[in-house]
Amino acid sequence: MTHTVLHAASVWKSYDDGAITVLKGVDFSASEGETVALCGPSGCGKSTLLHLLGGLDTPDRGQIAVNGTPLASHANPLRLLRHQVGFVFQLHNLIPDLTLGDNCLIPTVAAGTPHAVAEERLRELAERTGLSHRIHHRIQKLSGGERQRTALCRALMNKPRILLADEPTGSLDEATSRTVFELLLDLAANEGVTLVMATHDRVLAQRCSRLVEMHDGKVR
Amino acid sequence: MLFLKLILSNLLRHRIRSAISIAGIAFSVAAMLTIVTVLQGAVGMFSGILSSDSQLIVFERNVSDLFFSSVPANAVGEIASWSIVEHADPVLFGIVSSADHPIITCFGITAADARLRKATWISGRRDAFGQRADDIVLGQRAAEFMAATQGSIVQIGHGTFHVSGVIQTANGFEDGGVFMPLGAAQTFFHKEGSSSVITIKLTNRDLTGEFKQRVKARFPNLVALEDDEFTRTYSQFRILKATAWAVGGCGLLLGGLGVANTMIMSVFTRIREIAILRVNGFSNTQIATVIFGESAIVSVVGAVIGLTIGGCFLVALKLIPALHGYIDVTLQPLIVGIVILLALLTGVAGALYPAFYAIRIRAVEALRFE
Repeated sequence: MTHTVLHAASVWKSYDDGAITVLKGVDFSASEGETVALCGPSGCGKSTLLHLLGGLDTPDRGQIAVNGTPLASHANPLRLLRHQVGFVFQLHNLIPDLTLGDNCLIPTVAAGTPHAVAEERLRELAERTGLSHRIHHRIQKLSGGERQRTALCRALMNKPRILLADEPTGSLDEATSRTVFELLLDLAANEGVTLVMATHDRVLAQRCSRLVEMHDGKVR
Repeated sequence: MLFLKLILSNLLRHRIRSAISIAGIAFSVAAMLTIVTVLQGAVGMFSGILSSDSQLIVFERNVSDLFFSSVPANAVGEIASWSIVEHADPVLFGIVSSADHPIITCFGITAADARLRKATWISGRRDAFGQRADDIVLGQRAAEFMAATQGSIVQIGHGTFHVSGVIQTANGFEDGGVFMPLGAAQTFFHKEGSSSVITIKLTNRDLTGEFKQRVKARFPNLVALEDDEFTRTYSQFRILKATAWAVGGCGLLLGGLGVANTMIMSVFTRIREIAILRVNGFSNTQIATVIFGESAIVSVVGAVIGLTIGGCFLVALKLIPALHGYIDVTLQPLIVGIVILLALLTGVAGALYPAFYAIRIRAVEALRFE
């Protein structure tokens, strides 16, 4: 029997004091090692669900649990999840003045990982993503694909069990998009990570082990 | 190390803003250091007048200013006769003026006074002091600005005096002053039979307590204080010191506002960056450490530059002949320490609100921030 690592039960979320309801009683779960694609039109609530699953935001109603732990019971879910969840966004969200290596080390500093261990992990991930020669380069010097691969490295630095990706290839050209996506699937498989990815790209979504359709704030 | 890189990268990203903030702290520190040191030096110089070859000072109890103190001649005579007293020198302070110089300190003293004994006599002789009622001795700088030499006749206030000598002293107030025979000064200032203070040297310093008790018992209207004790408690000195610290503090406050402005701008312009740190697990403490780290670096660099500027300014002041003896540029470690501490506290205080704002940034909203 597979272990459920992410679970959302009857989750509601609205903005602007309830004027815009984005999620309307969503139920969702993902099992260990599963790759799940969240598909649906813009504004259907994919990103919002990912944010709630990763503790970036809190639901108005309903419950989110990660590895069986309800996030509502923690004052700072991000701190709780920093060893368990990694994020990749559509925009790479890297700090431009730092090098690729320093950007990747940020989660390890937050988690208090010994520097030598973090450096070893950085070398390992840089090798696997083909970025070894770029470790000491500043972000401005990297291409779009390299930046997104850097973001992927950073997300995996603390060896999370869950990777949440919000349109990770949305800002890339088609060829680069395919390369980054293959890398994402490859790393997820090799690291045994549960991947939940929001995407518009149905071709990419078909490559995941499960596809979840969302529409108007609900899971179909 | 990454913390330092995060801090430095932001400071270097906005070099001009950082430099202005550092300059604000630097000039505040320099101003505070200069003002406090100069005034402390001035207080030290004035104290030096009183403590010239003496250990204690006797003056009228509860006077706000020594110029208003009146010590009767009989007290001088009796105290001088006590066996535990090596010497007791009455001094009458007055302010006089001459052409172009509205304020000259005048010392009414006896020929035995330590000021005359210890001075270097450029012209004239100590044993001739006070032989004529209109004799005065000028400090070297007073002689320079009054263009007087031995034998000159000078107009001081409403009187005309004969310069019987010129002396050089290490103390600016004395070097720019006029020394009159005590009797002549009492007449000139309409204070016949009294002096402002008596400076006392005891035969044995261990007898200080006994001396104070005897003064209190015999002359209830007078008070005897040790030199250090007087410097600490004299209200004029306290007002001067408080003013110096207050003025310097205001300067530092302005510098602190500069730091606060810089840090607020620093936080506002990188809300997204702070959100990235937050998403990657940075705690409130770690976010605040980055913000406070920036302000601490601004403050420390500003303080070091300020101390350098202040030190150079003080040395430059000392080189101005007109200020010779008034400016004591000796940097007191305590003052330097307090100034550095205040600069750091100012920096930290300036970063309080920005840090508070930064830790309240919600990552999910800030990541949408452009």
